[in-house]
Amino acid sequence: MFIDFLYELRKRKVPVGTQEAVAVAEALAKGLHESSLEGFYQVARALMIHSEQHLDDFDIAFGVAFRGAQATAIEITEELLSWLKDPKPMRELSPEERAMIEALDLETVREMLEQRLREQKERHDGGNRWVGTGGTSPFGRGGENPNGINVGGSTGKGKGGAMQSADARKYKPYRSDATLETRQIEVALRKLRLFARDGAEQELDLDKTIDETARNAGELEVVVRPPRRNNTRVILMMDVGGSMEPHREYVQQLFTAARRATHWKELRTYYFHNCVYGKLWKTDGFQESVSVRELINECGKHSGRSYKLVLCGDALMAPYELMGFAGVAEDDRVTGIEWLMHLREHFERSVWLNPEHPRGWKGNTIEAIAKVFPMFPLTVEGLSEGVDEIVKGRRSRARAV
Amino acid sequence: MSEFRRFRGTDRYLTSDALESAVNCALALGRPLLVKGEPGTGKTLLAEAIAEAMQLPLLTWHVKSTTRAQDGLYVYDTVQRLYDSRFGDGDVKDIRQYIKHGPLGQAFASSGKVVLLIDEVDKADLEFPNDLLHELDRMRFRVNETGDEVAAKERPVVIITSNNEKELPDAFLRRCVFHFIDFPDKELMKNIVAVHHPGLDRQMVEQAMAVFYDIREMRSIRKRPSTSELIDWIAVLKNAGIAAVKLERELPFLGALLKKEQDLAAYADQLAGGRRFRS
Repeated sequence: MFIDFLYELRKRKVPVGTQEAVAVAEALAKGLHESSLEGFYQVARALMIHSEQHLDDFDIAFGVAFRGAQATAIEITEELLSWLKDPKPMRELSPEERAMIEALDLETVREMLEQRLREQKERHDGGNRWVGTGGTSPFGRGGENPNGINVGGSTGKGKGGAMQSADARKYKPYRSDATLETRQIEVALRKLRLFARDGAEQELDLDKTIDETARNAGELEVVVRPPRRNNTRVILMMDVGGSMEPHREYVQQLFTAARRATHWKELRTYYFHNCVYGKLWKTDGFQESVSVRELINECGKHSGRSYKLVLCGDALMAPYELMGFAGVAEDDRVTGIEWLMHLREHFERSVWLNPEHPRGWKGNTIEAIAKVFPMFPLTVEGLSEGVDEIVKGRRSRARAV
Repeated sequence: MSEFRRFRGTDRYLTSDALESAVNCALALGRPLLVKGEPGTGKTLLAEAIAEAMQLPLLTWHVKSTTRAQDGLYVYDTVQRLYDSRFGDGDVKDIRQYIKHGPLGQAFASSGKVVLLIDEVDKADLEFPNDLLHELDRMRFRVNETGDEVAAKERPVVIITSNNEKELPDAFLRRCVFHFIDFPDKELMKNIVAVHHPGLDRQMVEQAMAVFYDIREMRSIRKRPSTSELIDWIAVLKNAGIAAVKLERELPFLGALLKKEQDLAAYADQLAGGRRFRS
């Protein structure tokens, strides 16, 4: 059962492995769980989860894996049916309640229950349909429906058990695949750092000092060097308008976070519409244009300063926009995709962040662009992966989409 | 079964089952405990509480952005030695005189069990936690200059706190017991307030908490006040002799709860808006 739980967690992309399993086994051997499911829940959570992002997944997986330890609706179907065939005497009911019961005959209820048990995959509480607790559905326990089927025994009073903790899912806001918050973006962007020694000489260079002192026949000769400073230069290009409108908020957050990240040496932001052609704009109202060729000359890999390029857009457009010539006059034989390939060639460390869900990345212009730039979804996870990609700086390796 | 002392919180530090369980896991397995949570939920105080409850000395290592893993183990004071050699002071031949243990080094070298707090581990460079992996695993390190090995006789209880400014490396996380301190619910919060301000008028506490939770609920507030802010605020109110508070524009000592200028503005906006709406 425990191994199943482990795989249930892995299925939800929680990074658990042998190390965690061994740790939990060790803790159980020492009796840390105090022989209760509640205790096991706490111990397993402390040892298997390493980040609050996964707490919610843990709760779900726990619910799925250990439902049977307490009350599994699906597993006791037969028992349920036998109860239905042999109804217990009911308490005195008011006329209204009687009317409600008569509205549903036993056969119908049984059929409904069978059907629901087949459909039901997860726990549902407080509702009026599924087998669960505390609801008005005819099936479940601790509920309100007088004609209902009590599933899995009576609800004990007292302190909430592990199942209740797991089902409360109070860590939902910490999931990383949910919304991006400016702060989370900042955390992800922080990884984009590159230290270099630059500026005033303020730090003692120990090795050189010893070296020089030895050369100087023991007379102390102090050597200083500049401290390590961050030397990251980032160019951020964002698609605005049109199909990007629904994603406006996320892109805005990315922009704010990038602006706030004071640990960069330089940040340039440019805007484009749909696809990059010969020109980029400095404002989202498409004013103050900048030629892409000039930008490449100034910041590309031959400029001696290694800029990192982050493009953000949905990469969705009509095929002719990507394959057509919409560029500025002197470059009118260069297609959109060629401009993108130019950029990729000159900025080895570059990624494309896409606010569209990865399920929609196939069979359209996204697929074509993902072959040029490594593409990641604009979520916390995707952003971190993208940043990792930039830091590693692997050349022209487009992610298989 | 219980060859180790279980942690159950102290008079001054209230815990939840989950937190106790995490601490006991860390104690029993001899692994570092990594504590995360909103600022002001008592991450740092936890280490003090553990030290107090187990009656062990507490060593603290405050991590800063310039801190390196090596600093925690030992520092070889070369410059002092160079000067000494030049001016003929001290025993220059004995390198050990110039090896100074950092907090981690002290914890390992100590004769008994100690509690070591590595505070705000995320402040340091990204590679910092990776550099400590081996030392925290084996609880020993070698002083390169002398060849001495410093090994812990008793594994220290290591508590690490993080404010989530940087993500910690997976390899590091895997070696830690993890606990995320939740924001306390009202019942627990009442007890926490009672622990810090015993004998305070109950009505006053209820009012202050109501205002506090109202402010936390306000959507426009960016830095939501947490436990430590509430405790401070009540302390200020108590000292100023204020007996009743309610949610209004001129809340006394609001600065103790809201620390950002834009939050103060948002607060004023919200209340002004609410009043207009009501009248």
